[in-house]
Amino acid sequence: MDDGRPIFLQIAELVERQIIDGSLPEGEQVPSTNEFAAFHRINPATALKGISLLVDAGVLYKRRGIGMFVADGARDRLISERRARFTTEYVRPLLREGAALGLDAAALIDLIRKESPS
Amino acid sequence: MTTIVEARGLTKRYRGVTAVDGVDFQLARNTITGLLGRNGAGKTTLMHLLTGQEFATNGSITIAGESPVENPRVLQHTCFIKESQRYPDDFKPKHVFAAAPGFFPNWDADFARELAAELRLPVDRRIKKLSRGQLSSVGIIVGLASRAPITIFDEPYLGLDAVARQAFYDRLLADYAAHPRTIILSTHLIDEVADLLEHALVIDNGRILIDSPVDALRAHAATLAGPAEAVETAVAGLEVIHRERLGGFVSATVAGITDDVTRSARAAGLEVGPVSLQQLIIRQTGGTPTEHEEVTR
Repeated sequence: MDDGRPIFLQIAELVERQIIDGSLPEGEQVPSTNEFAAFHRINPATALKGISLLVDAGVLYKRRGIGMFVADGARDRLISERRARFTTEYVRPLLREGAALGLDAAALIDLIRKESPS
Repeated sequence: MTTIVEARGLTKRYRGVTAVDGVDFQLARNTITGLLGRNGAGKTTLMHLLTGQEFATNGSITIAGESPVENPRVLQHTCFIKESQRYPDDFKPKHVFAAAPGFFPNWDADFARELAAELRLPVDRRIKKLSRGQLSSVGIIVGLASRAPITIFDEPYLGLDAVARQAFYDRLLADYAAHPRTIILSTHLIDEVADLLEHALVIDNGRILIDSPVDALRAHAATLAGPAEAVETAVAGLEVIHRERLGGFVSATVAGITDDVTRSARAAGLEVGPVSLQQLIIRQTGGTPTEHEEVTR
């Protein structure tokens, strides 16, 4: 795993993605930090940092002696956060690249319509 | 976080060469630290000082507050796996493993057997007859199965193939998770171990060049690439540690990067790419000639 950002952020995002796509449903137990560390071949402290980020954000919660679980309402909350970032992360880069190639907003909308399964 | 190793003004001079030059650092208990640097940078000398095999010329190094020199209280908690460990001539790996509990109170014989099987080490062959990789396997098994509170690996895998190295990394991580201990890993294969490390200590010319959590290093540096003018605008006021130019195209590796810099660079149409730990260290240690080169020039 490497996109240049700190690995604990990548671990946190991976778990978020699994919550959003439903492969980690609310109430489900998430793997332990040692399991994350072994699977991704990373330092356990790094895995713990990523998981702690999600506990602090209320996405996961701790059950003492048992492990970490996905919090109720986590999925909706993550989706609305992602939507809020959609403009800066996807729409603006799309417009910028379009502009560089001489495609204005109307042309981009046409392309999107053509590609969308109707 | 408690400190287990502390160096203060630590210096080691050999005739005319300062191998370790007034270094200060601390290592936190139960972390995995990478001791990284070029050949002749001072890594091995530092490990010898840490394990009491060399006397410091100046300054001090302590383990849990005590000097390691001729100090059994410290040394029985330390396992140092050297690149070139020597064994008695007629020894076989099984003899090494049988003797190990005498040196390492936490020795796990079952674990050693498991590792030997996984690494396909012929435990009944004389060590003289082992291949370079098999000899490295002996060291790796001793290093892992000793479960010493302070375990130091100095280039432990000469001659080991990629499969065996991966087995070593996986076993190291799993056993470290189950039995946390302080591990120092000195290596040239930075990319291979980068994700295993919590902390990086980079030494160059006997001095500490980088002493930082690995996470912070990754977040700290990036490569910005694009038209020269746009790159130069984006990096103005930042520390550029490397710059490559191809016609009007410039790629600059920058330290001290922030989210704002990344955002405005992307907005200006620049490519913002990651810098691996290995690249970062090459950039930081590549420019300066080593002591040795200066002497021979």
